[in-house]
Amino acid sequence: MSETVLDVRDLHTHFFLRRGVVKAVDGVSFSLRRGEVLGLVGESGCGKSLTALSLMRLLPKGGARTIKGEVLLDGENILERSPAEMREIRGRRISMVLQDPQTSLNPVFSIGDQLREAILRRRRAPRDEVTKEAVAALRRVEIAAPEQRLGQYPHQMSGGMKQRVVGAIAISGQPAVLIADEPTTALDVTIQLQYLKLLKRLQAETGMAILFITHDFGVVGRMCDRVAVMYAGRIVECGPVRQIFDAPAHPYTRALIASVPKMTGPIGRLTTIEGQPPSLMDLPAGCRFASRCAQVEPRCLAAYPGTVQVGPEHTADCWKVVPA
Amino acid sequence: MTEQPLLRVENLRKHFALTKGILFTRTLGYIKAVDDVSFEIRAGETLGLVGESGCGKSTAGRAILRLIEPTGGTVKMMGRDIAPLSKKELRPFRQQMQIIFQDPFSSLNPRMTAGDIVGEPLYVHGIKGSKERRDRVAALFDRVGLRAAQMDNFPHQFSGGQRQRIGIARALALGPKLIVGDEPVSALDVSIQAQVINLLQDLQRERRLSYLFISHNLAVVEHISHRIAVMYLGRIVEYADTRSIFVRPQHPYTEALLSAVPVPDPAIKRQKRVLQGDVPSPVNPPSGCHFHTRCPYVVARCKVETPLLREIAPGHHVSCHLR
Repeated sequence: MSETVLDVRDLHTHFFLRRGVVKAVDGVSFSLRRGEVLGLVGESGCGKSLTALSLMRLLPKGGARTIKGEVLLDGENILERSPAEMREIRGRRISMVLQDPQTSLNPVFSIGDQLREAILRRRRAPRDEVTKEAVAALRRVEIAAPEQRLGQYPHQMSGGMKQRVVGAIAISGQPAVLIADEPTTALDVTIQLQYLKLLKRLQAETGMAILFITHDFGVVGRMCDRVAVMYAGRIVECGPVRQIFDAPAHPYTRALIASVPKMTGPIGRLTTIEGQPPSLMDLPAGCRFASRCAQVEPRCLAAYPGTVQVGPEHTADCWKVVPA
Repeated sequence: MTEQPLLRVENLRKHFALTKGILFTRTLGYIKAVDDVSFEIRAGETLGLVGESGCGKSTAGRAILRLIEPTGGTVKMMGRDIAPLSKKELRPFRQQMQIIFQDPFSSLNPRMTAGDIVGEPLYVHGIKGSKERRDRVAALFDRVGLRAAQMDNFPHQFSGGQRQRIGIARALALGPKLIVGDEPVSALDVSIQAQVINLLQDLQRERRLSYLFISHNLAVVEHISHRIAVMYLGRIVEYADTRSIFVRPQHPYTEALLSAVPVPDPAIKRQKRVLQGDVPSPVNPPSGCHFHTRCPYVVARCKVETPLLREIAPGHHVSCHLR
């Protein structure tokens, strides 16, 4: 259970623009074990999606480059693989589901074509065999009447169903790691619950590890074994989900959890985090949360705190945290 | 109830025609986006209108403001039905009812300065003097937590949360009594969302504002609303005060909706009711009770007979045959 399948070490992905350098991912390290769900949580612009794209080596065009770090997939640094080798790795060993099923499926090809394409990329096989496999893949993601669905186009399906098709394509190659980037953000709550249950079930069946990217702490509590909280390009706290909720160590994590309305008790004031995250083009020398932190001290502004071991498997980047 | 409600909506309907052809248009049918919706909002009160995408909640909000023309029903603002009024007659009422939109990126004109955006409703409603307008805009900026010095900046120079504050300042400019918030915090990050919610609550206390708060996020709605109406496929299925909805939900859909909300605490293991299937198409909604195709308690009667919204406890309305 504790075998590491993906190990990310000191990853740096920056955008090199004419105006300057945007340090979107700036020293991210974490590891993912076989069969676990690790949540990567943070607000928009904190670099969580770019971390995922760096792992897939699918950086957006226009100046984004991974300049430092290692991504070890089963011990092999995939940042050193050639583009051709990467194409063999994607889908088979590491796969991804994006936020918006509307844009991740091609509108002019049928669902069946898109599934078959994914299967044929992996192995040559007679057409009826591939179709059989496509039907099985759809059945696995609980799509009713999969034979009929194969001939349909994305616009004929609902959002939840499209996202399940995307999931079917992503896991058709039996990858060891699935990256799910906000897979339920575009879905309604009742559909979201269906999808999360499905992901959990698929994970239990296949034993794949999931890196679950979200901004929603509610979803984290439901899905994840461990959580990494990201702020302004770095992971500021990482630990088992229960500890993060019961005893968050980093002031940012504490404030973030407190600012979520909880559906308990009467109407009161919500805790807020004043101010804005720092610009990723002009990061402060010290702790990146210092300008918004209620417990800020001079040393927070002077230098970035190191990663402190708070408990077994629980770390936080904060000067005020007492090492265990 | 002795006090007259600020807003009383009765049997509001909005049907969109489904047409085919350009020159010889034929009407194929109607989408009943809002189908016989009734509720009221008292002064200083927030009514939360919740439901999933496509249930008609935004359409209802806009039909009340007559941003789209309702197909039928009455909308009584301070006792006067505004549904049949002409554009000119409607004007004085427009000052009383304003809207805040979901997307702070597309709801502000990128070529106008923030100050002009907030000042425009003042100009339209007769405050032509530029000095006076500037002063009032500055006061509004101050009230919503923006600096008056930012008045000459353009929308792209503000963050999402700040842009939503501009939208709030614009809605406040004419001193309205009712503000319709159409998913006003859904596009914001949680920490920013909390700031905007707190601001809305402060303004409500200060000015005795009424809100119609439209949202799909039950946790936010619970936090801000005094009463809640739950919509499903164009109809209100449950309507009660917030505590009753959350403590004793009566409609199976409300129950499922509540249990589906992710709560940020892994220790809370509630009974989860996973609904089967998708929301049916509003073009051809299921017969009888619209929810019967996904309802775990469905009986034969649900498929043929449309349940009426009945009061089953003081102030608690449900449309379900089984209650």
